[in-house]
Amino acid sequence: MLEHELTPRPPAPNGGPRIGVYVCHCGLNIAGKVDIEQVVTFASTLPDVAVARDYKFMCSDPGQELIEQDLRDGLVNRVVVASCSPLMHEATFRRATQEGGQSPFYFQMASIREHVSWVTADGEDATGKAKALVAAAVRRVALHEYLEPRKAEVQPDIMVVGGGIAGIHAALVMADAGKHVYLVERESTIGGHMAKFDKTFPTLDCAACILTPKMSQVRSHPNITLWTYSDVVGVEGFTGDFTVRVRHRPRYVKEELCTGCLECIEKCIHKQGKFEDEWNEGLSKRKPIYIPFPQATPPVVVVDPEACIWFKTGKCPQTCIDACERDAFDFEQTETFDEVKVGAIVLATGFKTFQAERMPEYGYGLYPNVYTSLEVERLLNAAGPTGGEVVLRDGSEPKVVGIIHCVGSRDAKHNLWCSKVCCMYSLKLAHMVKERTGAEVYNFYIDMRTPGKGYEEFYDKILREGVHMVRGRVAGVTDEAASPEEEGHLVIRAEDTLIGSVRRIPVDMVILAVGITPQPDAQDVRRMFNISCGGEGFFTERHPKLAPVSTFTDGVFLAGACQGPKDIPDTVAQAGAAAAEVLAMVDRGFVMLEANTAHIEDELCSGCKTCVGLCPFSAIAFDEERKRASVNEVVCKGCGVCVAACPSGAAQQHLFTDEEIFAEIEGVLAYV
Amino acid sequence: MSKPKVAFYWCASCGGCEEAVVDLNEVVLDVVEAVDIVFWPVAMDFKVSDVAALADGELAAAFINGAIRTSEQAEMAELLRRKAGAVVAFGACAWLGGIPGLANLYSRESLLEFVYRESPSTVGDGVRPLEEFTAPEGTVRLPHFDEDVRTLDQVIDVDYYLPGCPPPPGLIAGAVMALLEGRLPEKGSVLAPDVALCSECPRADSKPEDLKIERFYRPYEIVADQETCLLAQGLVCLGPATRAGCGAVCVNANMPCTGCMGPTGRVVDQGAKAASAIASLIASHDEDEIATLAAQIVDPVGTFYRYSLPASLLHRRVGTDGSGNGKSTDATAPAGASTPGGAS
Amino acid sequence: MSEPTREDAFEPKIVAFFCNWCTYTAADLAGISRMQYAPNVRAIRLMCSGRVDPQFVLSALREGADGVLIGGCHPGDCHYQEGNYNARRRFELLRLMLRDLGIEDERVRLEWISASEGDRVQKVCNEMTEQIRALGPLRLGTVPKVDGERASPAPATELVGQVTS
Repeated sequence: MLEHELTPRPPAPNGGPRIGVYVCHCGLNIAGKVDIEQVVTFASTLPDVAVARDYKFMCSDPGQELIEQDLRDGLVNRVVVASCSPLMHEATFRRATQEGGQSPFYFQMASIREHVSWVTADGEDATGKAKALVAAAVRRVALHEYLEPRKAEVQPDIMVVGGGIAGIHAALVMADAGKHVYLVERESTIGGHMAKFDKTFPTLDCAACILTPKMSQVRSHPNITLWTYSDVVGVEGFTGDFTVRVRHRPRYVKEELCTGCLECIEKCIHKQGKFEDEWNEGLSKRKPIYIPFPQATPPVVVVDPEACIWFKTGKCPQTCIDACERDAFDFEQTETFDEVKVGAIVLATGFKTFQAERMPEYGYGLYPNVYTSLEVERLLNAAGPTGGEVVLRDGSEPKVVGIIHCVGSRDAKHNLWCSKVCCMYSLKLAHMVKERTGAEVYNFYIDMRTPGKGYEEFYDKILREGVHMVRGRVAGVTDEAASPEEEGHLVIRAEDTLIGSVRRIPVDMVILAVGITPQPDAQDVRRMFNISCGGEGFFTERHPKLAPVSTFTDGVFLAGACQGPKDIPDTVAQAGAAAAEVLAMVDRGFVMLEANTAHIEDELCSGCKTCVGLCPFSAIAFDEERKRASVNEVVCKGCGVCVAACPSGAAQQHLFTDEEIFAEIEGVLAYV
Repeated sequence: MSKPKVAFYWCASCGGCEEAVVDLNEVVLDVVEAVDIVFWPVAMDFKVSDVAALADGELAAAFINGAIRTSEQAEMAELLRRKAGAVVAFGACAWLGGIPGLANLYSRESLLEFVYRESPSTVGDGVRPLEEFTAPEGTVRLPHFDEDVRTLDQVIDVDYYLPGCPPPPGLIAGAVMALLEGRLPEKGSVLAPDVALCSECPRADSKPEDLKIERFYRPYEIVADQETCLLAQGLVCLGPATRAGCGAVCVNANMPCTGCMGPTGRVVDQGAKAASAIASLIASHDEDEIATLAAQIVDPVGTFYRYSLPASLLHRRVGTDGSGNGKSTDATAPAGASTPGGAS
Repeated sequence: MSEPTREDAFEPKIVAFFCNWCTYTAADLAGISRMQYAPNVRAIRLMCSGRVDPQFVLSALREGADGVLIGGCHPGDCHYQEGNYNARRRFELLRLMLRDLGIEDERVRLEWISASEGDRVQKVCNEMTEQIRALGPLRLGTVPKVDGERASPAPATELVGQVTS
């Protein structure tokens, strides 16, 4: 019989639903707009409601105690809390319901704060809407079924994607805790951006000195499997049980045999480098066989098949092979794959700097002596293209250097955000350039952002060193001289807002403090791991304040600049935090499964197969013999697509059954 | 011991359900042996007054087919309800409204206008029959033509439902025997398997697990392969959303199921569920392509609600209830559907 | 004609089905940001827009909603990969059916709203409320109940025309 009408349920005899409705004031957050008393009175008139109360802060201990006590006393056996968003406190109140002795799923929340009091101008309207949402929750919870919380085991191994300082630190913390960690890095060496720097602010520590010991620790750690020149190509499974497919790209050198002696590079048929050296930001040339930098980890060379004569023509004496005492070359190498099972994944995929070409007014790519900060880092680095000397393209030393802050950041035409590190690194570059060359240095800034420990003091020190500060957004860089003093120089034009006039400052070298942007493939990566990106393209954390290292996909964590611009201290802190949360999960050994899985009523399934192909997680299996579909409730993630599609109603979703939703629809419309 | 008395009656129907009883072939003789048919207008000469003369509840069962569209049909339904122990809604029209139910896409006024004035085969000045006319000899009355089509259970309390257009002979025989042997299930049950047609469809094995439809065809547009699942061939087959129990007769005749056996027990609105299932199988991810494919299903309301519009959640097209409400005007035919009698 | 008083002004009732990961979160964000919007939209939380069964839409309209809003993640962003595509497919077909059933396109809407688009929740809710206010209430007429209760009483019969011999 078609049941269109869900007739009002008569008062339930003992054993039927007895609903407790608890309306929260949330201080004045709700009570300041919604008439709580009216809502409570209204709730008490609804079918099956045994008790209706209000309290100032339901999420507090005494608030939860109200619920637990009513449950223990047998006054209620189902709970509705009208307060904030379920995304905030559903877990809290489910726990309270469980503490009171009931299944935690005999609970429903009505959001009358985020969805009512905070967004509705008129108090009467707000009260009306609150009542409607409470009625919906009450009608729904009366139909909730008994569900037990379920657990699944967590795989013991962990994967870290990205071998910069974030990935390195997270991997070491977890490996030290005894866990087996796979560290996957796309480049041929770990180290990330930090390995390119010369010194780090504010202490002016040598970046390599503090980083390379950690890199070396990673390589030698018994619990870490280091896969460089590798990337993740597929992820399946779910929290606690991911299957990750990793591709290893061919170096054409056997990693386990190469000792990093670099003889092959020396003996390469190319006498000098001819190909753009990406590690040095294109400032120098390398040979087809190369190692990014001397302390690369692992210290294994790479052959670039696009550049190597052997790959292009098949005609080369291959002096490299002769030079190798370990017989480590293998030009037949192909891609290989590994599939591993891990319980958790930490994404530490880092960032890319802003493409300075996008601001042609600053002349990058147009004038030879306009550099990005990263390029200057390479100049300053002793292992870089100039051996640590800050020189112009023609080899001469600059006498006047201008550093432009906020390139690509805080800019309505490019990126609105502040990249957090540029003021500090610009001050550092000012110091180092001045130290190396004795040049006059001008920093052009909008605001000076130096919030970290020792940062303001560092700024002070730089000021004392006589670096000139011009407060004004730079309009442009030009080589057109407007006066004899400007001939042969680049001219930086900016309004100096503190003195209120436009200045033209002739310089020899311009350094652009490019901002931090997401990696260009961030969207592909995040889809692969089933997480989301914010509007700007950085990975989205579960909660900006309270859950900065986890994501909405259980088991996938974030560390470092891939989540948002940050400096090294914050990156390391976040990496440690991610490691801790991973360890908490893996050590506990189990995760709680989704309660809202789908299931198919065996007798009602006609074998129509409509659902089978719809499941993106392949959670539905079809039994050819019995002609029935069934859902693997461990794999099911609870989206409900199959349930909506099932043409005979055989598929239903726990906690989101058709009946529950129809009741919610009725409730939200029937009274107010 | 006297035989149980039963009645058969027809409301807004085509007569197919009466033929279905006759289609029992030799089994009808068993039925006639076992029961006393005291009212069956199509076959026997009993009068309404004979029914009225019965005691309340004297009939073991009343099998009523057809939907309710006139005041007479409603009165007869109410009469039989009083006189019967059990009322069985016989056939798709009685249960769900049936094909006559599609009249709910038009207002009463537009239907009458069409029939009595506009249709190509109407002769005359558009005179409408009166409901009451007093002649010297007396007053004659015609039943009132209702605002819309209703299902039987929207008028009287119904005990059982026998689905199908018409109900398959096997189900009819089974229902009658169950009644006689006191084996009927709980009140409100539909007397057919509660599982969709695919479970008994001979082509089920040929239906792929990851079916994706790239084009919908109307039955005349292709010559369907005789062995392969019809939905997989792009024909809109409602088998997945329709009860089994008919032996898949239409499919065996190489025609897609049109849904006459109604929905399974957990479905509230057959048309909506069938549309949901079939739409989910559309192959594309592109919004425009999806829209184009969906539009390939011509007259979706007529297709998905062919038998069940009065029983559906919305019951009728908005604005056709004669109250003058809603934006839709009577004169405008629903988009995509043919005007009554117009070019289809 | 005098201004309708508050009591007799038509206030649309709109039922919304918001997906947990994107649109419901965006509505929360609108709340956190204190964006004010029309109170006419009442949200029902589902895990995914792919759970939206056309039966829910029709049930909402039947139970008194003047409009239905479905909110999900942008294509490609669904937390469950494909759910929102299924929502789109069903919605396209449902839309054609609703037209044939006399229900204006503006009354049932599918919107993609990501978790960071709190302002879009505000905008869509306000816009839809005003659109439906202009359309007026959805008058389905009395839909008959299943227990035999009559539909709205038949209006007076028209005694038109005359009997011809």
